[in-house]
Amino acid sequence: MPALARTPEVIRIRTSPPHPAAYELGAKADAARARMQSTGYRRSPPPEWVLTACAWLAGIAVFVAGWTLVAKLGGRIPDPLTVGAAAAKIYGDPFYAKGPNDQGIGWNVLSSLKRVGLGFGLAALVGIPLGFMIGRWRFLAGMAAPVIALLKPVSPLAWLPIGLLVFKAANPAAIYVIFVCSLWPMIVNTAVGVRQVPQDYLNVARVLQLSEWKVFTKILFPAVLPYMITGVRLSIGVAWLVIVAAEMLTGGVGIGFWVWDEWNNLKVEHIIIAILTIGLVGLALEQGLVLLARRFSYES
Amino acid sequence: MNPERYLSVEGVTKTFETRKGDFAALATIDLAIRQGEFVTLIGHSGCGKTTLLNLVAGLTAPTSGTILLAGKHVDGPGPDRGVVFQNHSLLPWLTCFENVHLAVERVFKQKRPILKKRTHEALELVGLSHAEHKYPHEISGGMKQRVGIARALAIEPKVLLLDEPFGALDALTRATLQDELMRIVAQTGATVLMVTHDVDEAVLLSDRVVMMTNGPAARIGEVLEVDLPRPRERLALAHDARFMELRASVLEFLYEKQAHRARLKVA
Repeated sequence: MPALARTPEVIRIRTSPPHPAAYELGAKADAARARMQSTGYRRSPPPEWVLTACAWLAGIAVFVAGWTLVAKLGGRIPDPLTVGAAAAKIYGDPFYAKGPNDQGIGWNVLSSLKRVGLGFGLAALVGIPLGFMIGRWRFLAGMAAPVIALLKPVSPLAWLPIGLLVFKAANPAAIYVIFVCSLWPMIVNTAVGVRQVPQDYLNVARVLQLSEWKVFTKILFPAVLPYMITGVRLSIGVAWLVIVAAEMLTGGVGIGFWVWDEWNNLKVEHIIIAILTIGLVGLALEQGLVLLARRFSYES
Repeated sequence: MNPERYLSVEGVTKTFETRKGDFAALATIDLAIRQGEFVTLIGHSGCGKTTLLNLVAGLTAPTSGTILLAGKHVDGPGPDRGVVFQNHSLLPWLTCFENVHLAVERVFKQKRPILKKRTHEALELVGLSHAEHKYPHEISGGMKQRVGIARALAIEPKVLLLDEPFGALDALTRATLQDELMRIVAQTGATVLMVTHDVDEAVLLSDRVVMMTNGPAARIGEVLEVDLPRPRERLALAHDARFMELRASVLEFLYEKQAHRARLKVA
């Protein structure tokens, strides 16, 4: 055995022949090496983000192509180029105001966001403390359960007439609808979060006899925060869905009302611009909260 | 106060109410621990060792009997007992420093710089000064448990209660931490009650090993005095005849006397 003689440091302890699959793997590796040498350079797979970006672009391309096709067939639906031109004009001057029913898209989006922010903020003010209480006290949870179960599946728009009746004005009624629809996810998620606080952490608090304030700030609040943010995310998502519908009914300034107004003007390209704008704003809200959630989630 | 009965468990029983009726976890436990003594509780799983430790910690109340610490009746949890939990129980949103400091600022009513100094010292004691500002998820399991020990010791408790503190660690880390614990206890003169199911750990660390019978209605079966001189050297003891003997008697208790009883109950 000349090979063995050249490398005396190799100690052979194998007593059985190698597994047949080992030969196959070895052959594959040899073939791969040969291929690499024949092409002269080594090809590394493209980085992950390039693939993601390509998938995105492909998805958008297919979407636009489908849209163009539908526009060619349907006749009444404007094609992407027409919409693009209209969008350039609308986004060229987003903040103009010519009377209450004719304002730039920027104002419309902002007034919708303001309603969502107000309704949602009030819901957070009420829902988060309520969630904490329901999570902490079993009896209160029992009390809240049937009411929440009954009211949660109700479409938020069904509350609109009540809002109009109570507030006698469209704007507070719309804010109130946002409040109602944001409330449930906030209460439910906060309560679930409080119930999920690990007993170990509470035992630490008990052993050290921490004050209620310390228990809340150092243990309960940080432990519940990720759940609260989930509640906030769900709430914002629902609120942004609902505001469009609510504004269609209440009128005034707002992206939902604008959609309806442009329908009355039969400016279909503007409706499509509104749809895309609503989508983009919703996406931005969602992503912002995902980032926030990542910041406040902890590995134990 | 009698220094021989620094921590005194007197006629304590514990019965849990369950859906299937009452479950007697502990039948009459009497145990006295000297000041500065290191006592381990050992027994098969489910024998009520952790139950007993939780009673001393005050996390649960005994069904009957009393527990006295330094002549004072134990009535609920309190910072005169430092607890190291099985799974470290560090708060993940606080750094190591903040975790320890939370305990320190609760117990000592002193000025901020003094509190900070205490926290630094506690972390230095467990050899973690370099990791003070790391979060629990950034450090290893052994380091987390060291922070747990620092947190328990930083409040200068009358007794240190350890609930299988090294159970979740790998063998090498466990050995290192056992040595560290011996050093810390020697340095601070702490009184320690520790739950374990590791025979070597029990014999190596303890002044006395309290062996518990199998539950339900677990009792103290035997108490073994570990008369090995300190400081103890792990490697030297590995070949020490007395260590082997002590170790054998714990094993005998667990795997002959108690294993037999357990088998009988199943049949």
